[in-house]
Amino acid sequence: MTTDALPNQVQELIEDFDAVPEPDKLQLLLEFSRSLPELPARYGEHPEDLEQVVECQSPLFLAVELEEGTQDPGVNIFFSAPAEAPTTRGFASILYEGLDGLPASTVLDIPDDLPERFGLTKIVSPLRMRGMSAMLGRIKRQVRDQQAARTAG
Amino acid sequence: MPVEAENNQDFSQYAHPERLVSTQWVADNAGKPGVVVVESDEDVLLYETGHIPGSVKVDWHTDLNEPDTRDYVNGEQFAELMSRKGISRDDTIVVYGDKSNWWAAYALWVFTLFGHEDVRLMNGGRDKWVAEGRELTTDATEVTPTDYPVVERDDSVIRAYREDVLENLGTTPLIDVRSPQEYTGERTHMPDYPQEAHCAAVTSPPRHRFPGLAQPRRIPPSSPVTSWTRSTARKWACQTVTTLSPTAASASVPPTRVRAHPLAGLRQGPQLRRFLDRVGNAVRVPVAQGEARGEAPEGAR
Repeated sequence: MTTDALPNQVQELIEDFDAVPEPDKLQLLLEFSRSLPELPARYGEHPEDLEQVVECQSPLFLAVELEEGTQDPGVNIFFSAPAEAPTTRGFASILYEGLDGLPASTVLDIPDDLPERFGLTKIVSPLRMRGMSAMLGRIKRQVRDQQAARTAG
Repeated sequence: MPVEAENNQDFSQYAHPERLVSTQWVADNAGKPGVVVVESDEDVLLYETGHIPGSVKVDWHTDLNEPDTRDYVNGEQFAELMSRKGISRDDTIVVYGDKSNWWAAYALWVFTLFGHEDVRLMNGGRDKWVAEGRELTTDATEVTPTDYPVVERDDSVIRAYREDVLENLGTTPLIDVRSPQEYTGERTHMPDYPQEAHCAAVTSPPRHRFPGLAQPRRIPPSSPVTSWTRSTARKWACQTVTTLSPTAASASVPPTRVRAHPLAGLRQGPQLRRFLDRVGNAVRVPVAQGEARGEAPEGAR
């Protein structure tokens, strides 16, 4: 475990997973999968605005929005994944709880190995864990791209 | 004693139709003495979201693999698993799972390595059960632990190793039943799935490609028998090389019968689990790319 200072809401998630023994970690992940918010209607009508995370074993789409008007805008994240893909939904939900609302600079500073810090690597296959890393990578890329577009604009 | 096989015309084209049951058969027989229904999914959380009443979960990732040897569990571990799941040696096991029985077929194959006599697949898997509007429950299944005997795993019948394949290159037909893109080397995993890492996209020559056999076909889900076949091929023979008997290799056997030993009744059907993945990483193991079958180079054996 590194000593990088993580945002509180991320650190708390890691502690939540750390606190439960291994067999119960799956149950916790399941609870996260259930709490993933529905997509707002504006995305439901425009699924083409979402980016597919093709690294996931099940269909998962995400969208990233930056708040208006500040130097370091807040980041809002939206996910869409089918109910029959609970593991993928669980990963998305962890990232949503951890990252949604954080300032862009903080999101960009999240270490890339964050997905490995929830103690899930032994109970979920490596191929699936890569899906979560890919979600994080794509979120960061979108934040960077949108910030660059604003600067250019 | 194992329960009687389902007498179902839909399965009659298989050499071993007794290895399949329909969703209706499961609805009628789940919970009866001597029958244990097992769910084994690619998404390891799916069972918890709702499962066939009375079924138990087997997690392909944590229950069937031994992390230190990086192999299947051994006889003692398997006995412990089966006892914990309430399965007796003479029970009839019916396995089902998500993604067209992908990992259900895998579990069935592992159970067969331990010589569990009566293991069957539920035709159509979890998706078919759900599509038919059949009952799912989140209630925990009450399990009475059993005393499953310790049986050593027998890898000599339905499993082949890299050495076996190398030794038989050019003399024993190998069949690649992955997707066309994996066969040619274009991809390292089937379409619509992420690529496998650290793996050259290659296959091992020489390969026989029977029409409709060398690659799993996409079959409409409504097709009663074949809806599970692709996945069976995938985890039973797929991502693997199946070594077929000369009889089967003459292509006189209808493709669907050849695909999945032991369902298919091959005279011999050693299988190399995930052979192709490992070939992709191995040095001094010949491969062929592109659509041509390829020849074994001199000195490859």
